[in-house]
Amino acid sequence: MEQSKTFEASVQRLEEIVRRMESGELPLEEALSLFGEGTALVKSANALLDAAELTVVKLKKGADGAPEEMEFESHE
Amino acid sequence: MEYPVYEVSQINAYLKDKFDSDPFLSGICIRGELSNYKVYPSGHHYFTLKDSEGALRAVLFRNSAMRLRFQPQNGMKVLAVGRITVYPRDGGYQLYCESMMVDGVGDLHVAYEQLKERLQAEGLFALEHKKPLPPYPHRIAVITSGAGAAIHDILRVLRKRYPLSKVLLLPVRVQGEEAPREIVGAIRYANRWQLGDVILTGRGGGSMEDLWAFNDERVARAIYESEIPVVSAVGHEPDVTIADFVADVRAATPSNGAELIAPDQVELRQRLAAYETRMCAAMERRLKLSRQQLDALSSRRVLQSPMHYIEDRRLMLDRAQERLILAAQHHLERKRRNFAALAAALDAMSPLKVLARGYSVVKQQGHVVKSMEQLSVGQQVQLCLSDGSALARIEELKKEDTSHGTVQNL
Repeated sequence: MEQSKTFEASVQRLEEIVRRMESGELPLEEALSLFGEGTALVKSANALLDAAELTVVKLKKGADGAPEEMEFESHE
Repeated sequence: MEYPVYEVSQINAYLKDKFDSDPFLSGICIRGELSNYKVYPSGHHYFTLKDSEGALRAVLFRNSAMRLRFQPQNGMKVLAVGRITVYPRDGGYQLYCESMMVDGVGDLHVAYEQLKERLQAEGLFALEHKKPLPPYPHRIAVITSGAGAAIHDILRVLRKRYPLSKVLLLPVRVQGEEAPREIVGAIRYANRWQLGDVILTGRGGGSMEDLWAFNDERVARAIYESEIPVVSAVGHEPDVTIADFVADVRAATPSNGAELIAPDQVELRQRLAAYETRMCAAMERRLKLSRQQLDALSSRRVLQSPMHYIEDRRLMLDRAQERLILAAQHHLERKRRNFAALAAALDAMSPLKVLARGYSVVKQQGHVVKSMEQLSVGQQVQLCLSDGSALARIEELKKEDTSHGTVQNL
């Protein structure tokens, strides 16, 4: 879940970076810094996908009504 | 005896209004036999429904006709759902049919059609009410059986497409009498505890009876009321349940539901690669621009040949120095001429010049004698002339009468 949020944030930031870089009005220094940030984000986002493993839990209504997470044995 | 007089169209409009305001006629399912079935070039279908004792004219418009799951034929026994109203042009009433099915396939169909009709009229299927799905589902609440094929299909697809998310399974029974209540409870529970960014509910294929829970009005209303977007994924491709109509997104199967919810990582990676390509291209353009700017700068003379620049400056310095010296000389010259003029003027006023004209100065002990008062007889005085001096002695003092002079005035 957190990975998904990180991933979404990375993609949003990348969109922003690409948009700004393509506007072509940046000082060289800033363009270089965005480029560095962007390529690092692409790398880390790919790494997130590489390492990701779907989390699956089964929910049970606890004594107080709040959901309790339980392991889900999937019989595949 | 007098009667009020009306026009024909007024009466037809009056009757039409009567029909239209009657709720019984606005969502009705009628059993009958098809006759006089005609398909017009416009795509609308016209026919008569009849039984042993009567007949009813009916029309099925093109859009509804396209959704028919069978080919209507004269003599066929059907259930036709729609509303009955007056057609003012000929003063006849007819059934405006919205759906039709072959009779004898069970009461469930009738119930299904009637419920569908009613909920549609109530606006539960309205497009304006449909919520968009989140682009990246962080948490997916799955409401289905924990033991069925559906959950495994869903998990398989999610693992492949978007393993970044978290699946929260709310296990429910998906068939049997208790199923609707459990599904409704799970949808509300997910909303109350904000258990997901999206809800996926459904089950694998089966008979119409098996899928019945998803045609339940309570389930339909729970889906409609859900704040969290709901994707329904029931049965196989051709099965369309009431839940499918109410849901924000209808999936053909549970696997398809997972596909609609989760972005595909293959595409995500392509997107990342595309961002990288675009950043590289933008960076290259930016660098090229800087290089051009640099080139333009370095083509200036000062950077291309710094010695020339210095020589230029040296030349300028030399010229400036030359001008300075010239200016100083002029200045000096002017001062010198000035001085000579002054000296000449001064010379004209020199006492020596006066003496040269025949005057002499009398000094007594170094002081110039200007008055008789300073002198006494026998005193020695010095006479200064233009070419020397002489010592003299005072023999006699003779004071001049100055009655008209300054002394007198003193």
